[in-house]
Amino acid sequence: MADYKIHLLVCGGTGCKSSQSQILTEHLRTEIKNQGLDDFAQVIGTGCFGFCEKGPIVKIIPDNTFYTQVQPTDAKEIVEEHIVKGRQVKRLLYKDPKTERIISDSRGMDFYKKQVRIALRNCGIIDPENINEYIARDGYAALGKVLTELTPGQAIEIIKKSGLRGRGGAGFPTGLKWEITRQSPGNEKYVVCNADEGDPGAFMDRSILEGDPHSVIEAMAINGYCTGAGNGLVYIRAEYPLAIERLKKAIEQAREYGLLGQNIFGTTFCFDITLRYGAGAFVCGEETALIHSMEGGRGEPTIKPPFPSVKGYLGKPTNVNNVETFASVPVIITKGYEWYSNIGTEKSKGTKVFALAGKVNNVGLIEVPIGITLREVIFEIGGGIKNGKKFKGVQIGGPSGGCLTEKHLDVPIDYESLLAAGAMMGSGGMIIMDEDDCMVDVAKYFLDFTVDESCGKCTPCRIGNKRMHELLIKITQGNGTKEDLERLVNLGMVIRDTSLCMLGQSAPNPVLSILDNFRDEYEEHIINKKCSSGVCKALMVYEIIAENCVGCTACARACPVGAITGERKEIHRIDPALCIKCGACMDRCKFNAVIVN
Amino acid sequence: MNKIKNLADLRALKERLQTTTKLRDKSEYSESLIQIKVAMATCCIASGSRETMNFIVDELDKRNIEAVVTQTGCMGYCYAEPTVEVSMPGKEPIVFGYVDVKKADEIIEKYIKGGMLVEGIIPVNYRKIDEQ
Repeated sequence: MADYKIHLLVCGGTGCKSSQSQILTEHLRTEIKNQGLDDFAQVIGTGCFGFCEKGPIVKIIPDNTFYTQVQPTDAKEIVEEHIVKGRQVKRLLYKDPKTERIISDSRGMDFYKKQVRIALRNCGIIDPENINEYIARDGYAALGKVLTELTPGQAIEIIKKSGLRGRGGAGFPTGLKWEITRQSPGNEKYVVCNADEGDPGAFMDRSILEGDPHSVIEAMAINGYCTGAGNGLVYIRAEYPLAIERLKKAIEQAREYGLLGQNIFGTTFCFDITLRYGAGAFVCGEETALIHSMEGGRGEPTIKPPFPSVKGYLGKPTNVNNVETFASVPVIITKGYEWYSNIGTEKSKGTKVFALAGKVNNVGLIEVPIGITLREVIFEIGGGIKNGKKFKGVQIGGPSGGCLTEKHLDVPIDYESLLAAGAMMGSGGMIIMDEDDCMVDVAKYFLDFTVDESCGKCTPCRIGNKRMHELLIKITQGNGTKEDLERLVNLGMVIRDTSLCMLGQSAPNPVLSILDNFRDEYEEHIINKKCSSGVCKALMVYEIIAENCVGCTACARACPVGAITGERKEIHRIDPALCIKCGACMDRCKFNAVIVN
Repeated sequence: MNKIKNLADLRALKERLQTTTKLRDKSEYSESLIQIKVAMATCCIASGSRETMNFIVDELDKRNIEAVVTQTGCMGYCYAEPTVEVSMPGKEPIVFGYVDVKKADEIIEKYIKGGMLVEGIIPVNYRKIDEQ
């Protein structure tokens, strides 16, 4: 095996791949070959670097040069300049938007400085399609240790003491769940990995499966040994084709190496994993619905208890954990629970992966120690709000979570503090909003999503959320009354208390938390019939300022519905009853005579 | 591929594979390691800097010295090619000239391992812009 002096890591996550990173990889390989340097430099396709905002990313090792937005046509220059002559290609380096300074070493970037990568430890470093690279970085050592040196009880104890909690959102202690499954009687048990990530704007689990699939496989096998299960199932949505492909490849490689299958590590332990595809229903992320879907039934939740740990897949005890939870397990076993429990806060240990989305400069995937503040995440790692606008709110926990504001910026991110502030940890989606976003519209958007995704089994969720949604439509169209706000609160409370599963119970959260934090915006829509962010079309009024109008008739000709009247060289008028608020007149007017209120 | 039958098999495999990703680990904490920069402009390459770089990387590995070797652009001392800059942690970087394979061996043995200076040092005769 040749020892390469230079490694070129090219991001092969879905985001960068759609920006042609695969073609880029091929071009880089060809260029290196053309230069006769195939023994000297190696090109490796890796998982997500997290800095999706500026993808595709190429990182050169060992000098840590971080190239952003690299196009296939840049391959020649990178190889000729950097690989052959050792000169950095300046125009592709990252420029800090605040200081305007070029930063060539990724470790100097604010985006990476505060991150602690545990679940993402191999993402962007190894080739996910090569099991050897995983093993080279201590992969499968945890499984080997657990199988040959520890009893299931001892291994569960390590997970318990580490303080790891479910990263799917609910935060149930992982070790305890494993123990309950272990203690449930039955000679046939199952391990299920919940890869049904459905929050809008969330891509943590997908990135882990794409960037480091073996970490999940290894953890599932460890879980199988601890709970006494011989079969593992990954429930993954069919709209994650790349994750599925890499996971399949990884499972095959693990089988070839004897790390899955019969008598693993020469012990009596046998374990194998198969995939189950979901059709992308949000409710199937709920564990009972997920199990019904895997059994071939309708993806509908059932009342707990019995919990899946007692009676799950095919009626057998089933341990369901989320992708990120699993990905954290192997490293806890190899590095010890003391190491892990030193990170984080008193009650919430370790790290959490978040997907930053919305109006933030550095959109991407980050992993931070629990207990970090929202301010650090949004303004340091995230690089602040796009285009210098003002921060307005952040939706944490997707459609089940809540919206936090400026006054919550110093709240530490942990399960309890977020809950107390009116949001929740959730699976890790973080959508940032600026002054141009109308909060009533945001609430409507999330409720729209949950109404769409409700399975329809229980009345409060099916009908209650629909009614709430109608009230929001009424408000955004300018027909709301003050009583509607009260109705929203009452309805929300009832839905929260009486829905069958978490989907329904949490669906009113965005509406209620936005009502708590942005009551004035709701009231503005109701009383003043105004949307100051200019989002709610029905509330906008287009007008012509008489002083500026020269009577050129341009606007009248542009209007598709003939709502503008006026003779040549005379002041024009817009008829609000006919106006459809398309804005064509405003675009056409050269004299700034058309304004919108 | 032989199956991994026990923990010893896995460890042996890891031992063999370690070098494939070691470079990526080292780059994460390169400031605490010995850093060696080999000038790699056209004239340096013509003078044999690639052979020098390959030799340094392989030999450091053989002699179990943890270091990060990178290439860099023209250092300006074209009369003394190939040129190599060595930064030991906590010390000022030193530039050596005329570093062929033999000289490289001497630098590794005497300067890097023993801390003794060897002939061929190019003195610093310029100021950086941030010092002005």
